[in-house]
Amino acid sequence: MILIWLMLILFVGGIAAVIAERSNPMLPRVIALGALLLDLGLLLLVLFFPATMGADATNQISIGQEGEWLVLFQADWIPQLGISFIFGADGLSLLLIILTVFLGLMSLGAAWHEITERSGFFYLNLLWTLTGVIGVFSALDLFLFFVFWEVMLVPMYFIIAIWGHENKSYAAMKFFIFTQVSGLLMLVAMLGLVFAHYQTSGALTFNYFALLDGEFTTEVGFWLMLGFFIAFATKLPTVPLHNWLPDAHSQAPTAGSVILAGILLKTGAYGLLRFAQGLFPEESAAFAPVAMTLGAISILYTAKVAFAQDDLKRLIAYTSVSHMGFVMLGIYAWNAQSAQGAVMTMLAHGFSAAALFMVAGGLQHRLHTRDMRQMGGLWGVMPKLSFMALFFTVAAVGMPGLGNFIGEFLVLLGSFQRSVTITVFATGGLIVAAIYSLIVIQRTFHGEPKQQYGDVADLRKTEMACYIAMMLGLVWMGLYPQSMLALAESGLMNLGLDMSTGAR
Amino acid sequence: MLDLLWLVPTIPFIGFLALMLSAGKMPPFAAGLVGAGSIGLSFLVACLVGVSYLNMEPTGEGIAYTQTLWTWLRVGDFSAGFSFYLDGLSLVMMFIITGVGFLIHVYATGYMKDDPGFARFFCYMNLFVAAMLILVLGDNLLLLFMGWEGVGLCSYLLIGFWYKDPHNGYAARKAFVMTRVGDASMALGLFLIFMSLGTLDIQAAMSTAESQWQPGSGMAVAITLLLLGGAVGKSAQLPLQTWLPDAMAGPTPISALIHAATMVTAGVYLIARTHVFYELAPSVQYLVGVIGVLTLLMAGFTALVQNDIKKVLAFSTVSQIGYMFLALGVGAWSSAVFHLMTHAFFKALLFLTAGSIILSMHHEQNIFKMGGLRRDLPFCFWMFLIGCLALTALPFTSGFFSKEEILAEALASPDGGYLLWLGGLTGAFLTGLYSFRLLFLVFFGEKRHAAEEMKGSNLQLPLVILAVFSILGGYIALPLDSVFPHAEHEAHPALHYQIIMIAVPMLGILLAWYLFVKRKDISDRLATDGMGKTLHRFFFSQWGMDWLYSLLFIKPYVWLSRINRRDFVDAFYNGTAGLARFAHGLLSDTQTGHLRWYVFCVGVGLLLLVSIGVFA
Repeated sequence: MILIWLMLILFVGGIAAVIAERSNPMLPRVIALGALLLDLGLLLLVLFFPATMGADATNQISIGQEGEWLVLFQADWIPQLGISFIFGADGLSLLLIILTVFLGLMSLGAAWHEITERSGFFYLNLLWTLTGVIGVFSALDLFLFFVFWEVMLVPMYFIIAIWGHENKSYAAMKFFIFTQVSGLLMLVAMLGLVFAHYQTSGALTFNYFALLDGEFTTEVGFWLMLGFFIAFATKLPTVPLHNWLPDAHSQAPTAGSVILAGILLKTGAYGLLRFAQGLFPEESAAFAPVAMTLGAISILYTAKVAFAQDDLKRLIAYTSVSHMGFVMLGIYAWNAQSAQGAVMTMLAHGFSAAALFMVAGGLQHRLHTRDMRQMGGLWGVMPKLSFMALFFTVAAVGMPGLGNFIGEFLVLLGSFQRSVTITVFATGGLIVAAIYSLIVIQRTFHGEPKQQYGDVADLRKTEMACYIAMMLGLVWMGLYPQSMLALAESGLMNLGLDMSTGAR
Repeated sequence: MLDLLWLVPTIPFIGFLALMLSAGKMPPFAAGLVGAGSIGLSFLVACLVGVSYLNMEPTGEGIAYTQTLWTWLRVGDFSAGFSFYLDGLSLVMMFIITGVGFLIHVYATGYMKDDPGFARFFCYMNLFVAAMLILVLGDNLLLLFMGWEGVGLCSYLLIGFWYKDPHNGYAARKAFVMTRVGDASMALGLFLIFMSLGTLDIQAAMSTAESQWQPGSGMAVAITLLLLGGAVGKSAQLPLQTWLPDAMAGPTPISALIHAATMVTAGVYLIARTHVFYELAPSVQYLVGVIGVLTLLMAGFTALVQNDIKKVLAFSTVSQIGYMFLALGVGAWSSAVFHLMTHAFFKALLFLTAGSIILSMHHEQNIFKMGGLRRDLPFCFWMFLIGCLALTALPFTSGFFSKEEILAEALASPDGGYLLWLGGLTGAFLTGLYSFRLLFLVFFGEKRHAAEEMKGSNLQLPLVILAVFSILGGYIALPLDSVFPHAEHEAHPALHYQIIMIAVPMLGILLAWYLFVKRKDISDRLATDGMGKTLHRFFFSQWGMDWLYSLLFIKPYVWLSRINRRDFVDAFYNGTAGLARFAHGLLSDTQTGHLRWYVFCVGVGLLLLVSIGVFA
């Protein structure tokens, strides 16, 4: 039930926010804060007192596999078509749900002073997006998954289209079309899978566990896998399906960028893990060289494009694609190290990218521009903000001791055992990341000021609190990643990955 | 006392945290106290640990102490602990880092006194020392790599410390990116070690390799080459040496600490630490020696023509690290570490003295604007003289013992050692020439500007201590016997070789005296006339390597990025959208609202249908 509660709280919180705006436009953000804190509290309870929350390892439903489901919920929905409510969370889902709620709070911090117009509707969209994401991370019925996949799309569209910047309608439309087209492709693949399963077993079902042992010819399997792959690779995104991202990220309001980069991209990675790898292990293995190559290309190509940008937010957006290249590489190298590395990269990038978008958003809010040609020398003007920018840039470069390094190192360590050539190119990512990151610091914070900044304020207390929370998170991941790796391990075992050695 | 080991890197780290969290609000006095005090405390703890270590009973193979703090990473069959490893090598490094580091920190409290970024400076410095200690104490290559990247970051932050000048920022970025090229190579080396040996634990990996691989095995060659890539990047050896001279943009204590005494010698440490791999790959080990000789010669020639006091010292550093690489190349592991230590003493002394001169001259660094400073700055003169004597390896100075040992071992080594020796000897001549050119130009000749000596115990006492060690440091016996294998051949060169090795640096000094004191007109003419001018320019530009790298790497990358700023993949999607809009426009054009047009269209359509029916 706990998963239902998580979503219900956010869902109802959204409606309450709209109603509350009529009495006081400051009230919606307080309601959103309350809802998210409540969720966070519930999650902490699950984490530390699993027994009291009905989330116990002994409570698992046997599915004929190793690993454990910490929380499961099952009920009928449309039994005639084999569609049911199945929500479940293993270590992997749980980590991502915690990330979602945590970054939800961060985006709230970013929106706190920035969003003044139609705040009720804004927080409705924010909370409903998060509801959709939690649904995506926990739905174990394919139809249910698809519903949530769409649910998280629509409110995000509104966030970009209404509260975005100068080119918002173009960006929102692009985001919508890319996601919608790829989503439809996924729906076709899902239906194909369900029918293929129906033909061999005679049972019509969308149940993930039932479909796990579906049998079909290699050729059919390959096309179905490809459908899922394209859908998730668009969301991740990977080159050459990445073009919605720079526009959406740079046009969205700060809170939107935080959620997009921090959480929504991870639904693509999660889908690749849970469905592409989970349902089609052989087909994915055969496809791995292509996917790994795409990952390496993403790392290098978008790093180069990022280097050339003048728009700070656009630059960070491209670096996100570059980092997601490591995730792609890790998921398809598919051994213990690389998969754990992919998960760590997802979490760490969630923090570092979210923080960097907050930096960019904070600068835009203060200077009314995202153009780095009009910045420079900000270190002397806003030392706190500059320090935070430096810290998270350094994290994104992959400095050991911070989370991103653990992720990238494990990915490369694992993929090296699969393909030396691809890994050599991907390791080049360490160099190009340094190039684009340091140029940002130079153009924005170092050097002489390019303009009279006038009276700009440094970080507020709410912002400071958000940054410090994310800093501590990255240090924690960097120095004691074992705490997260242990949770993720059970989830990866659920996907049929042998976690005892590096080899499959 | 050994279990205090973890405190050695932790204390500087706490200093870093304290300075960072105070966010510049700490008054300079307190910041200096925290900054220098933490290193001093760390040095004291290191002494306690060192004494216990030296009294330890040897067990089995050598003497070593391992302290595991927690399991850092354990995934599948890979695991790495947050563990420190203390043996003779890391002990020596620990003493150099905390000891010399402390002196430099004390000096810096005076040097940076009036800088508005005083606390930020010590914040980065403390982080650097912590990272450097992790580098040398890490018991597995992953932890070593963490320190390795950490010192690189601090180097970046401190080179660009005066951030308002874009030139400093450029130098800092250059240093970081170029060393990162080496780091990427090193990372690949780590992956390969894990793949072939199943662990990144240094001792375990080396003993497995020793028992499983034949000398010259392909795996050992690949691993050593990749690690060498990391080492040449960090230690500024060919072909990745061009960043170090630019790194002089940072404050002078940084040049002394990071770019002379400690960080740039990390490459030497790495190779010495993984020496078993290099012994299994003799060809690569020989390559290390060749790189060392080539670098020491090239940097020696370049140092001859520089006019910035810090750049001369920078090229001299590159050149001296070349000697250490030469030593590694001929298997003289202990000599390499020995020279690393003596070099830390006298080069730190030279840099700090140079810092005092620069302060006295109101931030003038051009040696041709100095001259005759002997009388105005007597203290600096004596300090600089001692540093130069040790650098030139005059008998009984510390540099003499270490360099002599390296040359002797090069001479004694089989296959091609003679050539390496000759190169090293030429380098020794160049060292005498360039260091005394510097000394004569700065302190002798006619006086151009008045200068006033900087006084203060924090500016002078560290120099005196370093001077003492520069002279007497050669008598320190390093506890390295349990770390490295004993040389098969005892290096005792014949008498005439010994005489040559003592005489050659003196010849260099003599020539420097002749060219820059006695007949200054000759050196002036050399630098401005025909052939000499061309050579001068060639050496000055670091043999054109900056130009070459710019042409080969920087310009193409920038050009490619610029032409693809708008991401050509996007053109495909926008093109699709444009096509759809175009087709849409065509169709909507047919809807004109004129009845005649519709009747015409219906007619044509009918005609078409009928004709299809008839002809098909």
